[in-house]
Order: sequence, then C-alpha cells, then structure tokens
Amino acid sequence: MIDTAPALVLVIAIGAFVISGVYLLLERSLTRVLVGFILLGNGINLLFLVASGRAGKAPIIGDGSESEMSDPLPQAMVLTAIVITLGLVAFVLAMAYRSWQLHGHDEVQDDLEDRRIARLAAKNAPAVYDDDVDDAAGLSLDDQAADVRDETDDSEPATPPGPAEEGPSS
Amino acid sequence: MTTVDPTLVPLPVIIPLLTAGLTLALWKAPRLQRIFAVAALAAMVVIGAMLLAGADGGALVVHLGGWQAPLGIDLVADRFSALMVTVSSFVLLCVLLYSLGQDIADGSPEAPVSIYYPTYLILAAGVSNAFLSGDLFNIYVGFEILLAASYVLLTLGGTSERIRAGSIYVIVALLSSIIFLTALALIYAAAGTVNLAQLAVRLPQIDPGVQLAIQILLLLAFGIKAAIFPVSAWLPDSYPTAPAPVTAVFAGLLTKVGVYAIVRTQTLLFPDGRLNDVLMVLALATMVVGVLGAVAQSDIKRLLSFTLVSHIGYMIFGIALATPASMAAALFYIVHHITVQTTLFLVVGLVERRGGSTSLDRLGGLAKASPGLAILFFIPAMSLAGIPPLSGFLGKIGLLQAGVQVGSGLAYIVVVGGVVTSLLTLYAIIKAWNKAFWQTPPEDLPQERVPRTMVVPTAAMVAFGLALTVVAAPLYGYVTRAAADLTDPSVYIHSVLGPDATQEAS
Repeated sequence: MIDTAPALVLVIAIGAFVISGVYLLLERSLTRVLVGFILLGNGINLLFLVASGRAGKAPIIGDGSESEMSDPLPQAMVLTAIVITLGLVAFVLAMAYRSWQLHGHDEVQDDLEDRRIARLAAKNAPAVYDDDVDDAAGLSLDDQAADVRDETDDSEPATPPGPAEEGPSS
Repeated sequence: MTTVDPTLVPLPVIIPLLTAGLTLALWKAPRLQRIFAVAALAAMVVIGAMLLAGADGGALVVHLGGWQAPLGIDLVADRFSALMVTVSSFVLLCVLLYSLGQDIADGSPEAPVSIYYPTYLILAAGVSNAFLSGDLFNIYVGFEILLAASYVLLTLGGTSERIRAGSIYVIVALLSSIIFLTALALIYAAAGTVNLAQLAVRLPQIDPGVQLAIQILLLLAFGIKAAIFPVSAWLPDSYPTAPAPVTAVFAGLLTKVGVYAIVRTQTLLFPDGRLNDVLMVLALATMVVGVLGAVAQSDIKRLLSFTLVSHIGYMIFGIALATPASMAAALFYIVHHITVQTTLFLVVGLVERRGGSTSLDRLGGLAKASPGLAILFFIPAMSLAGIPPLSGFLGKIGLLQAGVQVGSGLAYIVVVGGVVTSLLTLYAIIKAWNKAFWQTPPEDLPQERVPRTMVVPTAAMVAFGLALTVVAAPLYGYVTRAAADLTDPSVYIHSVLGPDATQEAS
C-alpha cells in the first residue's frame, strides 16, 4: 500500500499558490488574470505530486527496487498540464496585447447584458418596450445595444448609428 | 451484424489532426487547403457511420500503443460515443462547406483563411477525442484541444468586439479547465487511476464524502462547459460575436461535449445518483432562466444563444431522472439539439447577409423578399419550439413522459417547467419570425442575393433535421439501446477491462 500522507511543505505551497491565484483571477486586468491562472495551475500541478504519494527514486526499471520508485503517472499528467498551460498562456498574452493595442488597456469588459440592464436601471426605463408604439426619442433597445457594444467610452451619450428604421405597426 | 475493425476507432482523432498539420503547411495554397479539409471531414463522417454500425454490436475498444486497459489509454466507441462522433462530424462537415461557400462568395474573406481551416480541423479532432476517450485525463486533453481551437476561432481577426467577448470566454473556460484538473488530481489521489472503466470499479469503494466532493467538482467543470444555469452567463455574451459558421459549430457542439461528459461521468462513475435532485433543480432553472432571457432579446443571434442555454436544461433533466427511458430521450434530444441549433445559426448567417443585420428591429418582410430563406428558418425554428411532428417534439415528449413515469413531486414540477419553456421558446421564435419575416420591409433592405454555395449546406442541415423525424423510430431504438448500456455501468466496464474485471480490479 502506498503511503498517502502528503508532505506538509507541499500542502502549504499548494495553499499559497491557489490563494494568490484565485485572488489574481478576480482582478480586471487580463495580465493579472493570466498570472493568477499560472499560479493556480502550478498549485494544481503540485496537487498531482501529493496525489502520487510518497517521493521515491526515478521510476526507471533496473535503477533500484520497484518498491522505492515514485509513481510516474502523475508526473506524466503534470507534464501534459504544463505543456497545455504554456500554450494557453501564450494565447492569453497575445489576446491581452491585442486588447492593449485596441483599447489602451487590457481590462476584461463587462458582460453586454449587465451593461444594458445597468443602463436601463439608471434611466429607470422599462426593460422592453415596443418601438412600433412609443419611441419619441428614436432610441430603440437595439440602438442602445449597438451603443453598448462600443466600449471605448462609458460616459459617451447614446448616439444611434443611423436613423432607426421604424416598421409601421402590423 | 456487421463487424467493424476496432482499429477504425482512433481515426476520427488522427485524420483531422494530421490534416490540420497538412493544411497549415499548405497555407499558401488555399484551394488545396479547402480540398484537404473537406476530404478529412467527409472521411470522418464515413468512419463515424461505420463506428455507429459497429458499436451497435458491442463497444469497440482500442488500447493505444498496445498497453492494456488500466495501464494504457484506451479509446472506446460504444453506442453513445459513436452516435456523438457521427452527428458531430456531419455537422462539422456541413458548417465547413458553409464557410467555404462564404469564402467563395466573398472573394476576400474577413477571416485569415490560412489559419481558419487548420484550427477548425483541430477543433474537430478535440471533439472526437473527448467523445471517444475512455480515460478521464484524455478527456481533459480532448477538452483542451477543442477549447484552444475555439479560443482562436472566437477571436478570429482580433476585432475590438471579438477581443472583448473572447476575454470573457477564455477566462471562464480556463477556470473550468483548472477545476477539471483539480478533480483529476483528487481522483488520482483517491482512486489511483484515471481510467474510466477502472474508476467505475474503484470509486464506489472510497469514502462517500470524497466521492461527493469529486462528483461536485466534475459537475462544476462540465457544467461551465455545458452552460448550466448558475454558470451559463458567459455563453450568450460570447457566442454571437463570432463569425456565423463559428457560432453555429460552437452552439451545436461545444456545449454538447460538456453534456456528453456529464452523462458519461454521472452514469458510469456515480450511478447511485446522489446529486440527481440538485441536477433536477438546475435543469429547471436553466430552462426557465434561459428562455426568459431569450424572450427579452431583440437580436436574433442573442435570442438563439439564450434558447441554446435554455434547452441544455432538457438534457440535464433527462440525466437527472436517470431512468433508461429518460436517458434515451436525453440522447435523442442531444442529437436533435446539435442539429437544430447549428442549422438556426447558419440560417441566421444567411439572414444577416440578406437583411444586412441580425437586429429584429431592422429586419422585416424577408418572407416575401426571399421565401426560400423563410422556409429554411421556419422548419428548424418550429423544431426547436417542439411543434409536431418535428424532432424537437419527439425529444421533448420522450423527456416529459420519462418525467411523469418517475412521478416524484420534483419531476412533475420540472415537467411543467419544460412545457412552459417550450411555449416560451415558441413565443420567442414566433416573435423573431414575425419581426424578421413578416411586417413591412425596411426601406433600405439590401438587394443582395444569398449565395447558393451557402444555401446548399444550410439546406442539407435542414434536410438532416427533417430526416431525424423520418428515421425517428430506428434512431430512438438506437438511443434506447445506448441508454440501456449507460444505465448499467458493468457493460462499459466489461467491454474495456474484460468480462471478469469487476473482481480482478478490486
């Protein structure tokens, strides 16, 4: 039977990695989120070491007795996870850079629906209204949506991209 | 009974991966890229159909590299996996032809073509790998392959809009991957294996508390991918921004891979169903919250994304009931939903070309302007809403019947919720139909014709959806047999580990 009691150092290290990882994941900036993801990933990789049980010799046949060897399978999994993480980190970095190119920052933007609801709440407007019936301002929900999609500036007043096509009432 | 060589099983993963490399090397020759990509996916459809026939006579198992099951990685094509591979390859092929038609029609496509085809093929490989794998860690790898490809496809072109939607999508997906990885580490620590069949033998022997923790972690990881209610908010925000074919394939396949993983793990690893009541409540919440979101939308792409979330609830309901009848209905519903949701997004792509917008306030009169398009929209839309005799009706009626058979109070509540959701879906779809296809057309309706190269693949998908109704009896028989396998984990264990596995492995 494998000795399953984990080394205390590993457990503490995992805790530290996961805590700081989660903290950073909750940030707005993509770069911080990325660092958080890396820390969290490393914490989980260490968790695999705990899963493999007691540390032992290199698992090579003929290099000592089999009972002293460490379990190679979790190491293979960690290796796979590290490779995957590397690829994803490269992608997220590219995305953060692109975001910075486009917007001058790399912050994760709000969900569209959240924005729309916040905007409607601020105006105290009904959530749905029929633009066939009443739309004196010419500002249909859709024009607002189009405006919400423009995320370069929050404070801009809503400017409809064109005259709203009003379908006559059916 | 036809006999099929099990060596075919790895091909749905190998073919697209190799072709992806090939098409990447051929980035200077877009014509060759297209030919190879189409050929690869067509081959996948053929192999999928052969696996489908072969798996009906018992699961096909391949031990990769000749390492026997608990040690090596095995690929398993049982009825459920083979069905999923076949349907997904067909959908992938149709969507590829559609995007090809778009490229041909446009001349200068907006997406950088040289990476589109390789990425798309890698997505196909990841989807097949997730479906066929008999090893939980390999499923994780399959997920990562398809997710990495989906990140690239979602942010194609790197426009401001797509980067915004992409960052949310990528971060949510990364988080769910980390949760999955954590679950894997815990499973290995607790059971000493990640082979699904061996886990099915060993997991019932470990501490029930640890089991529950593992079950919740896996459900959370797959639930994020499948967009089940409390963790579904990312989906309607990120999908609509991608190019139409990409949205179509994401909507059809990616969430269903999550559902597949839930079905697989719930039936095989946790057959005692301790979380079934929780799943039932989540199913109800997913249905109702999703469809209410759909009702409030005025953009047809967003509307469809919300119905996508909503209808995942039906499948979860089938899983939560955990009877053979409900599982069969859930599998039928998965097949139906993959088809119909992909078709609708493809049609919306056509609507966007014809009407110049996907906003319901800016569309109108399309039924008169292009009646063919109206028919293409109407059939899958009615199927989604569950109008007889289309496949959506058959799947829903199966689920509702299974719910009534179980007969618990909670099941009845979800049955009522399912009917209400179905009606609200009909309402949302009719609203879209009314605003986009009836009404007077806006004055500046573009006079563009929809290119035939895009209509034909869409029509093929619509025809496939209709075919689901025509062959409903044999298909339902097939999913019933598949569900019988699923509800009895020993079938899977024996086909992977051999007949005397239950005693030997424990």
